[in-house]
Amino acid sequence: MTNDEPMTFDDLLARPQFSLSQAEKEAALTPVLNELTAHHRARCPEYARLLDVIYPGGGVARSIAEAPYVPVGLFKTNRLQSVPDEEVFKTMTSSGTTGQQVSQIAIDRETARRQTTALSRIMMHVLGPDRLPMVMIESGTLIKDRLRFNARAAGVLGMANFGRQHFYALLDAAPAQAASHVADDMKLDVEGLRGFLQKFGGKPFLIFGFTFMVWQYLFQQIDGRGFDLSNGILIHSGGWKKLQEISIGNAEFRRRFAESCGLTRIYNFYGMVEQVGSVYLEGEDGYLYPPNFADVIIRDPLTFAEQPAGKPGLIQVVSALPLSYPGHSILTEDLGVIEGIDDSTCGRQGKYFSVIGRVPKAELRGCSDVHATEVSRNIASAERESVPV
Amino acid sequence: MTGIDRLKNAFVQSLGISATSDFDALAYGVTPGWDSVAHMNLVAEIESTFDIMFATEDVIDMSSFAKAKEIVSKHGVDLNA
Repeated sequence: MTNDEPMTFDDLLARPQFSLSQAEKEAALTPVLNELTAHHRARCPEYARLLDVIYPGGGVARSIAEAPYVPVGLFKTNRLQSVPDEEVFKTMTSSGTTGQQVSQIAIDRETARRQTTALSRIMMHVLGPDRLPMVMIESGTLIKDRLRFNARAAGVLGMANFGRQHFYALLDAAPAQAASHVADDMKLDVEGLRGFLQKFGGKPFLIFGFTFMVWQYLFQQIDGRGFDLSNGILIHSGGWKKLQEISIGNAEFRRRFAESCGLTRIYNFYGMVEQVGSVYLEGEDGYLYPPNFADVIIRDPLTFAEQPAGKPGLIQVVSALPLSYPGHSILTEDLGVIEGIDDSTCGRQGKYFSVIGRVPKAELRGCSDVHATEVSRNIASAERESVPV
Repeated sequence: MTGIDRLKNAFVQSLGISATSDFDALAYGVTPGWDSVAHMNLVAEIESTFDIMFATEDVIDMSSFAKAKEIVSKHGVDLNA
């Protein structure tokens, strides 16, 4: 590739992830985003009408931050798609709690392929090319009941590709409630976990779960019981809201796992159903990094102007992945802050950021938070007693 | 049983399809029964059948019977034997 040829989407994927400086990313991603805006404008009439209202006259973005964006709530109130119905391969829905409106995201085959490839490029950056024995902090019934497939199950299955010998470490305590897998009485299969560790614990293995469940059903159950997870690589996601309520932030989460069971390779990621595959993976420094084909912009919640590094605001996510729905540039309801640009201490290029929380009044969403809502009444008091704050 | 028959058998067992299916027409996400859950079972079945280990990339690439043949062959299995 020469310098004057723009990078294509495939180039962005093929390059080692997190390898583009912010200037290189601006140059590579801006034309890709412009193409996507034109693609969706031509194929999704509702999106075209919206752009005509919000961005009269259209125009071409000269930077990533200039790319038109739509609020994430739009996908709850409208089904926006840029392909005919017969090309929709699956519809992803967000993990809203009962009574909430959920996002409906239409996925065609090519978008699904891009999502899978993209996620694997990101995960292989920290996992390497080989699949590792894998512990799921989930009950096996979550994926058995295919009629009730939800965002949580989809997330688990997306991650399952990176493992082998999958061990579903949670048990539904009451079989009668197992089918609901929202029961608040899931338990760690302690003996099963010991067996897994005896077999696989001597070499690298993978642990995946939603943040709140990892804390509640793994950490809380094994803390002080002599488990050695020092060969483990924990990948977790889903939101911190419920843990923040009990004063467990990322630093505390990492510290407690390291002290209690030697687990130090911990990677949180930030992502959403509206941009599946485009996840922001934590670096060794505890900050979140956009992959080559995505980026974040922080905006002032009142003026929507781009915020400089260090100033918190609403998180806008852009991604080169979505072809079947106009979700390549979305303003989320999450608050975050850019922590730095091109000066990472863990060798990654570009911006890095932290998620601070949800905008007040925004609906509670996020896989781990939905589960948390279901169980919070029961655990809140016990948790507060058992966790030093 | 030749390698190709054993591979077909792995598909039959994991996807719950007939042994007389048109194997070349099978496609991930299209063939009823070949969803992401079945895919994990299929990978495990093929791995144990041939005593090989798929890399992450193989799991993601295996979207058809033809691809499966290609990947299994790449791991040194002679499907005609």
